[in-house]
Amino acid sequence: MDLYGNSVYLLENQCKGCTNCIKHCPTQAIRVRNGKAVISTEKCIDCGECIRICPHHAKKAKRGFIDAINNYDYSVALPAPALYGQVNHLEDVNILLTALKAMGFDDVYEVSAAAEIISRESREYITSHREKWPIISTACPTVVRLIQVRYPDLMDNLLPLITPAELAARQARARAVERTGLPPERIGIFFISPCPSKVTAAKSPIGYKHSDIDCVLAIKDLYPILVSTMGEVADHPEDLAISGKIGISWGITGGEAGGLLSDAYVAADGIENIIRVLEDLEDDKFSSDLEFIELNACNGGCVGGVMTVENPFAAKAKMQALRKYMPVSATHNVKTYPYDAEWTDNVEYMPVFELADNLKDSMAKMSEIEALCKELPGLDCGCCGAPTCRALAEDVTRGVAKKSDCSYVLREYLHKLTDDFHELNQI
Amino acid sequence: MPDVMELVYEVSNEDFTRAGEASSDVKRKLKKLGIPSDVIRRVSIALYEGEINMVIHAYGGKVTVTISEEAITMVLADKGPGIPDIDKAMEAGYSTAPDNVRNLGFGAGMGLPNMKKNSDEMNIETQIGVGTTVTMTVKL
Ligand SMILES: Nc1ncnc2c1ncn2[C@@H]1O[C@H](COP(=O)(O)OP(=O)(O)O)[C@@H](O)[C@H]1O
Ligand code: SF4
Ligand code: SF4
Ligand SMILES: [Mg+2]
Repeated sequence: MDLYGNSVYLLENQCKGCTNCIKHCPTQAIRVRNGKAVISTEKCIDCGECIRICPHHAKKAKRGFIDAINNYDYSVALPAPALYGQVNHLEDVNILLTALKAMGFDDVYEVSAAAEIISRESREYITSHREKWPIISTACPTVVRLIQVRYPDLMDNLLPLITPAELAARQARARAVERTGLPPERIGIFFISPCPSKVTAAKSPIGYKHSDIDCVLAIKDLYPILVSTMGEVADHPEDLAISGKIGISWGITGGEAGGLLSDAYVAADGIENIIRVLEDLEDDKFSSDLEFIELNACNGGCVGGVMTVENPFAAKAKMQALRKYMPVSATHNVKTYPYDAEWTDNVEYMPVFELADNLKDSMAKMSEIEALCKELPGLDCGCCGAPTCRALAEDVTRGVAKKSDCSYVLREYLHKLTDDFHELNQI
Repeated sequence: MPDVMELVYEVSNEDFTRAGEASSDVKRKLKKLGIPSDVIRRVSIALYEGEINMVIHAYGGKVTVTISEEAITMVLADKGPGIPDIDKAMEAGYSTAPDNVRNLGFGAGMGLPNMKKNSDEMNIETQIGVGTTVTMTVKL
């Protein structure tokens, strides 16, 4: 069973085994075996780095497609805030939302509207949980997964609230049931996502059992049709927008933290940067007055998601222009259905990187790894299929690779064989 | 099969920004070994402070970390100027760090107190003009 159900996968016939992806994976979850990349699902955090880097487009994100609306009697589109940064000269969000309806959805519900509610809930949680400061945002599922496999000490700092997309799904379903009288399961909730990480979160949520999102679509798949449809509806948009600045800003780095209306925060984006922040947090290197840490795995925030189309920096500029004349928040004018935003499940540490389940065996393995490392050339060339010499050494001790997978070790061995052969010949 | 593991690091005083390399590597390895996270935290905080001290108050030195099923022992040995008055040095807030170091955010005088707080045992041997050896133990 695919316990972790991650969404990044390999198109085998397109993979050349070039080893580019293994070097860029922040959790070293990929190896090249028999000339093809293999992802370890328990280590993969769905950050999408390998999709970005693969020169042969062999890494893909599992996701749904729009024709799935035919499986439901009524469908609602949930645009992520990052979608607004993809289109040029968007002055009125209603044009984009109306275009989504024209594409076949019966209704739209902005994730940014739910984000404003989550901002409010976050403020309350942070104020009443001073002992857990700094509290770490959980809106980016990649961040939560990363903490879950690597930072056991920080688990307690996680903000135990559902994501804006999840709350939007629940609100949208309640609204649709009210409007149509249909049974809830006949209503399809379609989240338009910037990244595979949110596809995974809808399939196997962290912190609660069941997601109300029925299908996750990629921004980049909808984009071409969306843009042309927007042209068609531009002169008669419906009044559909229900969010303001605070909600829209969640799509760019610093936006979530901005919604807390406090300056005592750190906002970091990009996988390497967030790892640095987490390492330092673990060592208590931040001031104890810090209230909140916003972390986004992608550069620039969700506008940098791997299923978006626009350059994240350009997208950020567009969102800044768009929100300029918006009200700070709009959700107070909107009907909200009863909800509970808190996590219902305990989230536990998953020690997927540990060498063995007891200290004695772990130490024996580590000693073996250290010894093996001394025999490897230390070039970290990747030819063996592991990202570093140390990773190969670890694979060898775990029994999933051979020392002779290293081309240099193999070459030396062959040299020795030929020398022996020559000597034999001379007898 | 070894019952103890030893990790050895040279701490160079040439580059400030490199101080912390030993504690980061130790932290990474302790995690792989499955050591409880509160122990890892104490070890890395204590070791990091010790490493910084070797760089700003001495001329770098050598860090030896021994891991057994009972405890983690850290020995930080330098050939620096030595500490004239250990009791004074141990006081919270006491620091002889020069201004240029303080401007970098170090020299709050909390290093030694934090090392003591985070370890179960701490011992300092020092000789003026010869060097200082700090030994810290965190029990498992
Ligand atoms: N390894 C060392 N060699 C020489 N002097 C040291 C060493 N470690 C600490 N000291 C002395 O002890 C003082 C207090 O150390 P510490 O509590 O770490 O504070 P800080 O490093 O901020 O000055 C230092 O200012 C320094 O005078
Ligand atoms: S980057 Fe990875 S997935 Fe892409 S071709 Fe190279 S080895 Fe295969
Ligand atoms: S930063 Fe946003 S787009 Fe990127 S992985 Fe996290 S949730 Fe997805
Ligand atoms: Mg100090």
